[in-house]
Amino acid sequence: MALKIVKGSIDRMFDKNLQDLVRGIRNHKEDEAKYISTCIDEIKQELKQDNIAVKANAVCKLTYLQMLGYDVSWAAFNIVEVMSSSKFTYKRIGYLAASQCFHENTDVIMLTTNQIRKDLSSPNQYDTGVALTGLSCFVTPDLARDLANDIMTLMSHTKPYIRKKAVLIMYKVFLKYPESLRPAFPRLKEKLEDPDPGVQSAAVNVICELARRNPKNYLSLAPLFFKLMTSSTNNWVLIKIIKLFGALTPLEPRLGKKLIEPLTNLIHSTSAMSLLYECVNTVIAGQYSCSVGHIKSHLLCVQKLRILIEDSDQNLKYLGLLAMSKILKTHPKSVQSHKDLILQCLDDKDESIRLRALDLLYGMVSKKNLMEIVKKLMIHVDKAEGTTYRDELLTKIIDICSQSNYQYITNFEWYISILVELTRLEGTRHGHLIASQMLDVAIRVKAIRVFAVAQMATLLDNAHLLTGNMQRNGICEVLYAAAWICGEFSEHLENPVQTLEAMLRPKVATLPGHIQAVYVQNAAKLFATILKNQEGNTDSTAAQETSQMMIDRLPLFVQSANLEVQERASCILQLVKYIQKLQQKDVEVAEEVSALFAGELNPVAPKAQKKVPVPEGLDLDAWINEPPSESESEDEQPKAIFTKEEPKHSRPRHTEVDEKELARRREARKQEQANNPFYIKASPSSQKVYQEAPGVEHIPVVQIDLSVPLKVPGLPMSDQYVKLEEERRQKERAEKKKKEKKKRKEKRSGRGKKHDSGPESEEDITPAHVVDIVTEEMPEVGMHLSDDVAQEDQNHLPVRVKICICMFCLCRPLADSEKLPVRSHRAAGAPKSSAEDGEAENATPQEPKKKSSKEKRDKKKDKERDRKVRLRCWKHFPPSGHKSDSRSTQSEGRTVVTFLVFPLPRKVCDIQGNLQDGSQVVVSVIFENKSDSFLKSMEFNVLDSLNSKLQRPEGSGPHDGLTVPFQLPPGVSNEARFVFTVQSIVMPQKLKGTLTFIVKNEDSSTHEKLDFKLHFTCTSYLITTPCYSDAFAKLLESGDLKSSSVRLEGVNMPFHHLLARICFHHHFSVVERIDSCASMYSRSIQGHHVCLLVKTSGQTVSIDAKCDEPTLLGNVLDEIKQTFSQC
Amino acid sequence: MIKAILIFNNHGKPRLIRFYQYFAEDMQQQIIRETFHLVSKRDDNVCNFLEGGSLIGGSDYKLIYRHYATLYFVFCVDSSESELGILDLIQVFVETLDKCFENVCELDLIFHMDKVHYILQEVVMGGMVLETNMNEIVAQVEVQNRMEKSELCNQN
Repeated sequence: MALKIVKGSIDRMFDKNLQDLVRGIRNHKEDEAKYISTCIDEIKQELKQDNIAVKANAVCKLTYLQMLGYDVSWAAFNIVEVMSSSKFTYKRIGYLAASQCFHENTDVIMLTTNQIRKDLSSPNQYDTGVALTGLSCFVTPDLARDLANDIMTLMSHTKPYIRKKAVLIMYKVFLKYPESLRPAFPRLKEKLEDPDPGVQSAAVNVICELARRNPKNYLSLAPLFFKLMTSSTNNWVLIKIIKLFGALTPLEPRLGKKLIEPLTNLIHSTSAMSLLYECVNTVIAGQYSCSVGHIKSHLLCVQKLRILIEDSDQNLKYLGLLAMSKILKTHPKSVQSHKDLILQCLDDKDESIRLRALDLLYGMVSKKNLMEIVKKLMIHVDKAEGTTYRDELLTKIIDICSQSNYQYITNFEWYISILVELTRLEGTRHGHLIASQMLDVAIRVKAIRVFAVAQMATLLDNAHLLTGNMQRNGICEVLYAAAWICGEFSEHLENPVQTLEAMLRPKVATLPGHIQAVYVQNAAKLFATILKNQEGNTDSTAAQETSQMMIDRLPLFVQSANLEVQERASCILQLVKYIQKLQQKDVEVAEEVSALFAGELNPVAPKAQKKVPVPEGLDLDAWINEPPSESESEDEQPKAIFTKEEPKHSRPRHTEVDEKELARRREARKQEQANNPFYIKASPSSQKVYQEAPGVEHIPVVQIDLSVPLKVPGLPMSDQYVKLEEERRQKERAEKKKKEKKKRKEKRSGRGKKHDSGPESEEDITPAHVVDIVTEEMPEVGMHLSDDVAQEDQNHLPVRVKICICMFCLCRPLADSEKLPVRSHRAAGAPKSSAEDGEAENATPQEPKKKSSKEKRDKKKDKERDRKVRLRCWKHFPPSGHKSDSRSTQSEGRTVVTFLVFPLPRKVCDIQGNLQDGSQVVVSVIFENKSDSFLKSMEFNVLDSLNSKLQRPEGSGPHDGLTVPFQLPPGVSNEARFVFTVQSIVMPQKLKGTLTFIVKNEDSSTHEKLDFKLHFTCTSYLITTPCYSDAFAKLLESGDLKSSSVRLEGVNMPFHHLLARICFHHHFSVVERIDSCASMYSRSIQGHHVCLLVKTSGQTVSIDAKCDEPTLLGNVLDEIKQTFSQC
Repeated sequence: MIKAILIFNNHGKPRLIRFYQYFAEDMQQQIIRETFHLVSKRDDNVCNFLEGGSLIGGSDYKLIYRHYATLYFVFCVDSSESELGILDLIQVFVETLDKCFENVCELDLIFHMDKVHYILQEVVMGGMVLETNMNEIVAQVEVQNRMEKSELCNQN
């Protein structure tokens, strides 16, 4: 032995340690990979040695290699070995390696459970600490379940160092094993007031994380946090709490109001910027919910944010802008007043800040300042370096202008010139965006067409300037729009012949195909217009010249490689040739030619199709052709699989095929629409059509930076519109003074009225052009309605119902955490009993459930309605925490009567710590006083059976009742828990019990009694436990299980409902499901395995079951049968 | 929650990586590369926040980083953390390193990655801030180092 140790340490001397490894890697820069692979070989040798020091050293080196990207999961077992070393030094290395490379699917993790448990309870706090730290990184649902109790104990450790780690890790445990939240929550809450600030901070941290996931459950903690906030001086804790309040205030407006004062104080007093910033954020969040904003605090916030933004620290500037954007949502006006500052930020050298500022601008524009803001942005566009930022600016400009149906644009001539100016941007990717805006505006704003056409004609004329390198430049997309607008609205052209000439220039042939196609088509439209104009003239030569030009130029396009271009060109060429022939015979053709393109385009609402009534006698759902027969496929399938219900499934299959076909057609149609300028969507979203157009994306974009922006000659500068607009507004203002106010309103478009929120002065600005807007039908009526309903619900739901709702989500904590705390571990569940209408005189024992006849009798007797006591109880749910329990809780929450009618009451039981003690059941009982009297001195007693005993405090006799530790004023309910010891869980049982209490009225007091029954079903001893299919298979193979089976007839429900029902009512989980067959698993609190194989065919369900305890199995099956007999 | 802590140098070589959510090794390396790419092209006088986008976790996440001499310290956090708070935390962490290593430099991190991890473990645990008080952190680290030393002495 001694020799071995000596040998080990000699070996060690020759081993590389971490430093040597690092040094070696640094010395082998050229062949690093090779060197590392030899190192890994060495490490593998080292891991084979028995010396733990050598192993630890090897594992330490592996951790380093893991950082370099090497997969070291092959050494997982060795890592576990090192973790289990008794020496802290090695243990620490092992846990570090584990935390770096273990994850949920690492199989050796399951070997660590006991080691970790041992370390957690180690007398050395650092062993515990290192285990907690490691565990926090690789905790799995299994580890969480198995170790939850140990960690919970550590939360009350004497050393704060351990306490704070235990508290923090609880969050991870909750995530992996939600059932632990309920029992652990009271203790967690306790830690909020821990004497050690570190522990306190950890608890705040955990609760804040929990509350982020589900804020409403933590509203009840608000007072406690409020106290902490006003008392704590730790900025970390304060920040967390204030952030939490930020999440809570939207749910509880009163909280927002209450917070304003302390937060304002903090804002004034603190010197920590981080704290100040969070305070401001939370005040903003609070105002979001307060309809009556607290003006003073609001101003304070904006003012503080301004200071942040003006600060030279870029971080504060960034955060200031970020918070501003939150204010913007609720109080746009107050942000607008800081426009100067935000525009200034556009000049910042930091791109993050510039982008934030841009975001803010979007929300800040109004009719009044739109032109000004866009003018500033245009300056930035010219200055911007780098195409990405410039493109960002471009899209922002378009977004800002086009938002809510061009609401803020008063002068569309200005907007068109802005768009035209944007075309000067070389190398932008957003040509199609500009194009779609041009089309949209030209189509929808009728008044602007003359102007737009003139601009577009100039653009076409100067196309060569726009498109340095045509094929590769995204901006040439605008020519698509220009050509289409000129063609469609050619009647407005001043010099159509010149435009036609421009459209047929040879250089056009270098444009992308889809643009050429539009050129050709619109040249034809233009031609038609020209003919019409010229035919009136006495001199027919002009018309003939135009035809000749067409005939000369079009052949270029006929030769185009693009099919679309070629097809259109040759079609039109033949047409023109024919026209020319007619012209030579002096036949008037203009009428007929323009008839080709007659008809006005009108925008159509997106949902207009719905308004078209379906013609009588047309059934859209009917098959046009008989669907392919189903019999074929059915015959081929084995009958066992296809049951009666199957035809239902097969039908969707056919439609699926149809859907594919539909999708294909839809796609084809979309493409067609995209290329078809006649198809226009009403909303600005039409730009999408162009984005989707094939070809646009495929144009490779070369980004060319021209330092000198190109100016297209003859185009107006948008700036002049700013001046013109000013003048126009002034004039208007002058006019307005004379006019009646009414007239103003008539001028405004329907849509504009909706957005009157702007300042009064803004309302006075009338648009120079009216957008032809088709509003979507059914505005927001639907939404308002549902909002109202939702609000009403919140306001009027009785509190009691609210609590019930909280209980549904058992995996989340209770709203009112005191309600379901858990003292000991594992309470196995016992059921609730019926609630009873206890009658003073009769004190008739109520035989609940099933016996509805008796119930009726009882009811009759029940004359003194006013003196009712309700007793509701349930068992807490076991660790599985399936959603299912929610419903059962709900049923618990119902009234007494429902209860009695419910033949098999469902229990929810909370089984805690059953690993230690599989024989304890905790029954939670809610006492609700429905009478007008005060109830006190309640005593709860149950007649013990041989098998089950109520746990009574030491020293009390076996028949003594337990005092309920509270009194009940009228209308109040409260909950108490009672622990039962259960010997055998294989049989269901009923326990009889009595509740005695004193009813106190103003003048008298009487002693009364209420009988009830507790029903412990076998199901309630089962815990939903997930099981993997391979483990399940092994279990079945083991042969230790006895089998039994049951058949259910007349079950008329879909298979998945059936499974859900079993899972829900009987705490099973589905292991595997194949078609109409499923395997399910559950485990009892005493560790019995219960396996089910559920098969369905038609209305018959057969359940084959296996369990190591036949009696238990029989009873569970009976209960399952009963469940289904009730439905 | 803190989702990841990355330390790499000016050339993007990782010096410490700590993910609080599982990523396979190649994904980890890719995240390091991309983060380095994002962070390294920023000037030193711009803000320390970056919207990481799709890198880790999506829009709720931010990269908060500091650049010290040759090293970048990058924390990837979600919106439950205070931005300025995390910046302070990075400062605390670096100052702690400075105390524990006495004038920390990149070489210390290169050769003692394990020790840096042990220090970090006292600051952040499982993605949540454990301790922000430097003296407390240093004290705990030192006690553990002493334990290690005494164990090794006994052995030899």
